[in-house]
Amino acid sequence: MLWDALTLQLGYNATLVAIGATLLGIAAGVTGTFLFLRKRALVSDAISHATLPGVCLAFMVMAALGGDGRNLIGLLAGSALSAWVGLLCMNWLTSRTRLAEDAAIGSVLSVFFGFGVVLLTVIQTMGVGRQAGLEGFLLGSTAGMLWADAMVIAAGGAATLALVMLIRRPMMLVAFDPEYAAARGLPVGRIDLAMMGLVMAVTVVGLKIVGLILIVALLIIPPVTARFWTERSDHVVLISGFAGGLAGYLGAALSASAPNLPTGPIIVLVSFAFFALSLFLAPVRGVLAAVLRHIRFQRRVHMRQGLLALAQGQTIYEPLTLRLLRRAGLVRPDGVPTETGKARSAKALRDEKRWELVRADQAHEATAALYDGLRDIETVLTRDQIAEIDRRIGGPQEVRP
Amino acid sequence: MLELATSEGTTVAPQDLAASPLAIRGLTVSYGQKPAVFSVDMTVQPGAMTAIIGPNGAGKSTLLKAALGIITPLSGQVTVYGQPLDDRRARIAYVPQRASVDWDFPTRVIDVVLMGLYRELGLLGRVRARHRATAMDCLNRVGMRDFADRQIGQLSGGQQQRVFLARALAQDADLYLLDEPFAGVDAATEKAIIAVLKSLKQAGKTVVVVHHDLATVTDYFDHVFLINTRKVAEGTVAEAFTAETLQATYGGRLATAQIDQISRALG
Repeated sequence: MLWDALTLQLGYNATLVAIGATLLGIAAGVTGTFLFLRKRALVSDAISHATLPGVCLAFMVMAALGGDGRNLIGLLAGSALSAWVGLLCMNWLTSRTRLAEDAAIGSVLSVFFGFGVVLLTVIQTMGVGRQAGLEGFLLGSTAGMLWADAMVIAAGGAATLALVMLIRRPMMLVAFDPEYAAARGLPVGRIDLAMMGLVMAVTVVGLKIVGLILIVALLIIPPVTARFWTERSDHVVLISGFAGGLAGYLGAALSASAPNLPTGPIIVLVSFAFFALSLFLAPVRGVLAAVLRHIRFQRRVHMRQGLLALAQGQTIYEPLTLRLLRRAGLVRPDGVPTETGKARSAKALRDEKRWELVRADQAHEATAALYDGLRDIETVLTRDQIAEIDRRIGGPQEVRP
Repeated sequence: MLELATSEGTTVAPQDLAASPLAIRGLTVSYGQKPAVFSVDMTVQPGAMTAIIGPNGAGKSTLLKAALGIITPLSGQVTVYGQPLDDRRARIAYVPQRASVDWDFPTRVIDVVLMGLYRELGLLGRVRARHRATAMDCLNRVGMRDFADRQIGQLSGGQQQRVFLARALAQDADLYLLDEPFAGVDAATEKAIIAVLKSLKQAGKTVVVVHHDLATVTDYFDHVFLINTRKVAEGTVAEAFTAETLQATYGGRLATAQIDQISRALG
């Protein structure tokens, strides 16, 4: 069943949803990266909650005019309008009042959402509202998705993605260094507004699939996931788009593989699974890597200190140091250094002196920045450079044991 | 065009304004109700190295930021080489305080320097070998060539500052504005930065630096601009960097011994 879902063989609706969710995931992952790097991830939460009154008002207007209140394009246009108003309110609150951004987000989010819920209740008592199904926009509802709906989502997602790629360079510059960007004449305020407008577009496009409450997860979790794997901003964008798209696809397939599994929440959970995996397993920034690095570092410190103590003829009492030296065959069980131990410790002492020179010499600055008290000097300098340094140390080339 | 009166009552001929890389008239900036910079006039001399000096909170950085339009002033006008700022932005390179950015941002040293080529790259232009070569050359001038591929989070404070300077060099501007480039940096960095600034001056560029170390002013700069919310003095180091002007700028905040030291240094 799951395999059928993954290979898009579960029927028309499931296929439409899977394609739509994948495109949405890519668009949200890429767009969300800029928001995340600008450190304004929570703005997306306010924007998404601000869509609700627009959806309801659009329904009421369309129904009042005698049309179909559930026309998706009409509902999305309404949601975009009220999200834009919410965005401007938030911008105004942060720039013109002394309210901090978190407080502005909280106010806009709750007021708009509250107003939306009131309108939702009104619609339900209007009579026409029974079949409205607008609450589907809260958590997404993909059961009755039409070809036209899927096209709206695909076109909206693709257009957003294209716009993001077009202004990615100014957005990245503003995210890293807004003052420098302003000094170069970039309209920082307008670029920020454009960025949030694109986030709003993704939100609106995603209403049908994941709903307004959970869309924030698709905007924030993929970039956070991607950040674990790379130190380059352009790669964060790519990985985030990939993680978002994959989560959308897998989530849609999973939810189609069993009855009564909601699509939006499953997509979010799949996305979270990627995040959790990255959090623990990512090679440099992951938790596991950090723990291993710490243990390895501690051992190297003990080893180095042990070697230096041996070189200076000091007695070692620290049990971990002794154990490490013994296991490496550098000391005998009674604590007396072996021949290898003597050679290695002499070398360690020599390296200390070499490092001292390297760190004092501005010409070796890039190498000196690598100093951690542990490295063998030959891992960072060429043989010739070491010979040069040894000449400068002068004195006997053999170090006494 | 009429002659403009400065706050001292002396007059500045219009042609001086046109020649000045950066001319500020009547600039007032306020955070809330308290002005940080009040009605300040400044005429930067072309080809000079000017230090902006004043106590903490005197509005030094604010003056620079307002001159660049980073913060909006309440009043005042700024001309760059005789033209409105926005027409002459390409000739200005700005080096912000390094604490103003998050150094854990996912980017490498070379990418930061490439930001200096923003105008040339445009929205969609690809980073080509010649752009990379320019960036490497700028890194070389600040002694950071070997750091090109390192993550910016691994840099020391002084190295961060030099990367920022390299980014400004990449712009190939005529007027360089630096905000506290020597704050909290190591001696090697200070030497490297001042060498680069002096080479810029040699090449006929104009350099303006927000500076806090009074002891090095006479060694590093030829012009000073003393400010404490209002302008106190402006001119060559010999004219304007005196015990009296310093007393007027710092008030009681500068120890008498310090002033004596400085006036001895001035001879």
